[in-house]
Amino acid sequence: MVEFNLPANSRIKGGTTHKAAAGAKNLRSFQVYRYDPDSGENPRVDTYEVDMDECGPMVLDALIKIKNEIDPTVTFRRSCREGICGSCAMNIDGTNTLACTKSCDDVKGDVKIYPLPHLEVIKDLVGDLSNFYAQYASIKPWLVAQSPAPPDGERLQSEEERRLIDGLYECILCACCSTSCPSYWWNSDRYLGPAILLQAYRWLIDSRDEIQGERLDQLEDPFRLYRCHTIMNCTNTCPKSLNPAKAIAEIKKMMVQRQV
Amino acid sequence: MADAYAIEDHVYDVVVVGAGGSGLRATMGAAQAGLKTACISKVFPTRSHTVAAQGGIAASLGNMGQDDWRWHMYDTVKGSDWLGDQDAIEYMCREAPRAVLELEHMGLPFSRTEEGKIYQRAFGGMTTNYGEGIAQRTCAAADRTGHAILHTLYQQSLRYDTDFFIEYFALDLLMDDDGVCRGVMAWDLETGTIHRFRAHMVILATGGYGRTYFSCTSAHTCTGDGNAMMLRAGLPLQDMEFVQFHPTGIYGAGCLITEGVRGEGGFLVNSEGERFMERYAPSAKDLASRDVVSRSMTIEIREGRGVGPNKDHILLHLDHLDPAIIEERLPGISESARIFAGVDVTKEAVPVLPTVHYNMGGIQTNYHGEVVTLKDGDPDAIVPGLMAVGEAACVSVHGANRLGSNSLIDLVVFGRAAGLRAAEVVTAGAPHPDLSSSMDDAIMGHFDKIRHASGGTSTAEIRDKMQRTMQNNCAVFRTGEVLDEGVKLIDEIWQMMPDLGVSDRSLIWNSDLVESLELDNLLRQAVVTMHGAAIREESRGGHAREDFPDRDDDNWMKHTLAWFQDDGTVKVDYRPVHDYTLTDDVEYFPPKARVY
Repeated sequence: MVEFNLPANSRIKGGTTHKAAAGAKNLRSFQVYRYDPDSGENPRVDTYEVDMDECGPMVLDALIKIKNEIDPTVTFRRSCREGICGSCAMNIDGTNTLACTKSCDDVKGDVKIYPLPHLEVIKDLVGDLSNFYAQYASIKPWLVAQSPAPPDGERLQSEEERRLIDGLYECILCACCSTSCPSYWWNSDRYLGPAILLQAYRWLIDSRDEIQGERLDQLEDPFRLYRCHTIMNCTNTCPKSLNPAKAIAEIKKMMVQRQV
Repeated sequence: MADAYAIEDHVYDVVVVGAGGSGLRATMGAAQAGLKTACISKVFPTRSHTVAAQGGIAASLGNMGQDDWRWHMYDTVKGSDWLGDQDAIEYMCREAPRAVLELEHMGLPFSRTEEGKIYQRAFGGMTTNYGEGIAQRTCAAADRTGHAILHTLYQQSLRYDTDFFIEYFALDLLMDDDGVCRGVMAWDLETGTIHRFRAHMVILATGGYGRTYFSCTSAHTCTGDGNAMMLRAGLPLQDMEFVQFHPTGIYGAGCLITEGVRGEGGFLVNSEGERFMERYAPSAKDLASRDVVSRSMTIEIREGRGVGPNKDHILLHLDHLDPAIIEERLPGISESARIFAGVDVTKEAVPVLPTVHYNMGGIQTNYHGEVVTLKDGDPDAIVPGLMAVGEAACVSVHGANRLGSNSLIDLVVFGRAAGLRAAEVVTAGAPHPDLSSSMDDAIMGHFDKIRHASGGTSTAEIRDKMQRTMQNNCAVFRTGEVLDEGVKLIDEIWQMMPDLGVSDRSLIWNSDLVESLELDNLLRQAVVTMHGAAIREESRGGHAREDFPDRDDDNWMKHTLAWFQDDGTVKVDYRPVHDYTLTDDVEYFPPKARVY
């Protein structure tokens, strides 16, 4: 039975407002989703006022400032702070992106920060990505070749062949795209979603891989591949400017081509 | 104390701590050898800091012109300012081509030459024919080589029967009374439970500790947890005073701009528009070794030739390069420069500053990856059951200064070596001895004390003080006076730890507690780093003393070993540099003046 309302324990209650110290001039409010797994209480949104004259430009800078100076219990993942590790993916101002490369100046009004949508929330902004990672493993994301590699050299690959992987191998597995996809929201148990399909395509068109047919067989499924309805949220939201929707379209084309 | 926490037991042949490049390669090697292997990581593997490496991985493949592993070895020895152990350096440089080809065979998307081979670029300090010409030795996947390596190794790990424990924070080593490592204790962030991993071999692959400094290219997670576990186990760390400043961190943000930019033809200029590196390194110029370039930049700024309103940084030009080349070979740094400096690299120069980047020092190991220590007069006594690889380890192949693109090759060569060695010394499925509960008590006591710390100073405050002290008192140039002050300050900061206050008492994803445990780890390493730097009265590689401007081989061609004692004091001893090679295929390179 489809539930059209959030379950009772997911409804967000009002939270606490942490005022900035008097004297701060360049104030900005950050509304941060909070969920405390120990209390089991409903999630809330806490508001933190930050003096932007004393803060770095990115949303991650503000979150770290809040954690360091106002409320050390605020919880989020972060690591490289330069947009390459994919840890700090979250929903900012209604869009999935990386907090470390999202400038506060690009947000109008209060900065609203939520976990990536439709993940089980472990705590605050930390979502459970186990299903996402398991789906990644399911597509065999590694090179498979029956012919042995040259013992003293690389497998040759022309510059043109190599260029086909550009725009694909750069994926950082941040899950921004998959968790922005309404089709993935409904069917993430069976639909692989844009990030994983982009990775699947990366191996389908690598000239060194030799099991293209088998890979396509694995994807030939009403759910795994064909739940993509070209909504394009994935491509709009990708913080690395990749185009998962195009990769999915290319897979669909390959499916057709091998039947004609 | 351990009674207060329910401890879940796991039994393995090998447990690897850390899932960056070296940890994943070691995990794979152990699993391939038929050993029951677990890998514990505080972050999902592809979030590890290897992912941020840009320029490439050094190996004398010779795809872009003649090359020889002996030339690579000579360059590495010279780069290390003769503090590197030449047996280990020989091993790394000999094995490098095979290790890179192995990565290619796994599917790593290297950039390609016209013939379809792996593309190689020039990098600092990499030469042909023992210093004569500039070598193109650094194998690249555009400027995202670390990302490509880490993802490739993670993909491979999915093929093998290995158990990953993701978002588990390793607390401490299980060391028995005989000094044998029996496993490691870890905390599962998601469930809040404590786990005891028993193993015949623990491999520490926990990376560097760049976050002891205020401004670094390192990720927030680079807190040297394995190094600190060594110190808490009463074991020393080696050569900790040698900290590498990368010449081109983005001014302000500190994010890395690869040396590959200069390898592709980029160059540095001062406020007078001068390519000043021509003065400091007439032959290699902008492709001199990193310590040399960072010092030159610092002198330019100090002498008033820095750029910007405060004359406090330098400009990196690549706007003269063909935009097509930039797009193909340097797309990642173009993005970083746009986001973090607001610069279009095809039109403007990037503001840069030397920024803390790499720790040459770490856990003393031999070239098999086995942890060794000074014991009863033997400087290379094996610590049974324990290995270390990657930036955490100090083999020492980088000596006093690491060459760019030698870290990625270090990861895979020694990660592989550790797997091979584990296969030799560990018997699959061998029974584990009983462990005394006093071990658990000590570890959980430390954990519990920090978890319930209720003093008046927050983790962030103490961390900030530590980072600023390291930045001010242990920088590119050092003097006895400044270092002595640094020793006093950093010891005082350590004394603040009893007043630490932690706000979050939960066990589930308590990142306040994680950061506090990491602070304890960082601070121990900061203390031994500062003390080591104050004691070493010479200039060598990354350790530049203005009061002792010359290298002093008679007194200081030796590795520093530093113990952090329970009362917060540091004990220092030394071990000799290995002045021999591994085989007769190459002769020992005797010390000589280091000019580029």
